[in-house]
Amino acid sequence: MTAVRDHWRKQPFIASPLLRYGLYAAVIVYIGVTVATLPIDWARVSQGLERAGRIFGGAFPPSFQRSGLLIDGFLESLKIALLATVGGVFLSIPIAFMAARNIAPLPVYYLGRGIIIVARSFHPVIVAIVFVKAVGFGPFAGVLTLVVYSIGFVAKLLAERIEEIDPGPVEAMKSAGAPFLSVLIYAVFPQIMQRQIGLSIYQLDSNLRASAVVGIVGAGGIGATLANAFGRYDYDFALAITMVIVGVILISEAISGAIRKRIA
Amino acid sequence: MLKIKSLVKRYGAGDPVLKDLNLEIEGDQVVSVIGSSGAGKSTLLRCINRLVEPTSGTITLNGTDFTALGRRDLRIARRRVGMVFQSFNLIDRLTVMENVQSGRLGYISTWAALTRRYPKEDIRRAFELMERVGIAHYADKRADELSGGERQRVGVIRALMQQPEILLADEPTASLDPKTSEQIMMLLRDLASELKLPVIINIHNVHEAKEFSDRIVGMRYGRIIFDDLPKALTDEAMHEIYAGIPHADRQVEGEAA
Repeated sequence: MTAVRDHWRKQPFIASPLLRYGLYAAVIVYIGVTVATLPIDWARVSQGLERAGRIFGGAFPPSFQRSGLLIDGFLESLKIALLATVGGVFLSIPIAFMAARNIAPLPVYYLGRGIIIVARSFHPVIVAIVFVKAVGFGPFAGVLTLVVYSIGFVAKLLAERIEEIDPGPVEAMKSAGAPFLSVLIYAVFPQIMQRQIGLSIYQLDSNLRASAVVGIVGAGGIGATLANAFGRYDYDFALAITMVIVGVILISEAISGAIRKRIA
Repeated sequence: MLKIKSLVKRYGAGDPVLKDLNLEIEGDQVVSVIGSSGAGKSTLLRCINRLVEPTSGTITLNGTDFTALGRRDLRIARRRVGMVFQSFNLIDRLTVMENVQSGRLGYISTWAALTRRYPKEDIRRAFELMERVGIAHYADKRADELSGGERQRVGVIRALMQQPEILLADEPTASLDPKTSEQIMMLLRDLASELKLPVIINIHNVHEAKEFSDRIVGMRYGRIIFDDLPKALTDEAMHEIYAGIPHADRQVEGEAA
């Protein structure tokens, strides 16, 4: 009888040593080459630092003198975020069902996935530029942008949740002869409702943040106010706006976090 | 009367799971189907209401050939077959009443289902049945607050709400403790005779099968090799149903074919 082994090592993730060390070496070489060849002009970096100093110098102390403009911009952002969340979530639900492999037939599934991929493939700023061109400056372009953004996020995660449901109740409803929509209402919706609410709240929070960004390219809201302030070298007002944005996002994150914890 | 004729189910190109199976069930018999895992018990049950699509053969319930039905007719016909599941398959986040009424979804409109406006007679029937099995006081509780035995009672009542012509139970007691398991078996037997309903039960517990059923069907690798009264199930018969490993059995069959 042979002796029982008393040593054991976890198998490496990549079995072939040649491939493993080759891969490590390739990554290191690539990073080295990248750093060596990237054009970094140190003279311009030092100039930039100087300019940054001037901007920050001008920004202190922050000015809340035009707080009326600030509040108006913010209320507009809030409206954009709310409308976009309601519209986006509303559209996301059918798209999520279309994009769930265990519910939709194959052609519908591909269509649903396609819509989600398109909605996800562009950053909101790019979508906003397109919509500002299409419907003009202002909050409407912002709403449309964030609707697309919401679909990309909510529909994708909701579709994944639908694919994870316990198929047992679906089987039970089918065996009772329930029509398709009734099966969805009884066997699927109760299982995804919790995620749906959590996603909607998260998306509202996220849309509020994004609405500040898309405003910069002309899609209304606080972002537009901020871009104007920068354009007019009102750095003190810009700092005030930035501070308020950070504050509001902290608050909204706390609220949405508390709500999501409650419903879990 | 349920008549299954030369039923074959094959997944892909492999060996069929059900091989030319014939079975007739009449009256208000409680029929237990026994056999080792992989014998095809569950597939047999799911072929009856076409949750699993049979490859060939016919299944006739009181004159309706289930295998010939189109999608819409199949949905209507499924209302006549009640089913009880091993893992209960309740909707956890809905109330017991909603779960019970979900057995009626094939009869009521989607709008009525969505708004929970159930017909009066359905509500009365639900309370009657829930009273009968002792869960009426749970009507407003969420299904996931109940114990295993209570959950399976909800499952049984849901199936009975369909006013089915036959009840299929796929290992209804396999997730329950021995005592609860016996209670559910007793309940199924009693309800079968009260409602004049034939019941087919897939079951692993041979002792319970013998005690609670009128007839025992033994399956082995897709065929019925025993079909008789419970008292005829001798040790030899048991051995034949459960002995052997699938691989060896398939090889022998391959040589014979």
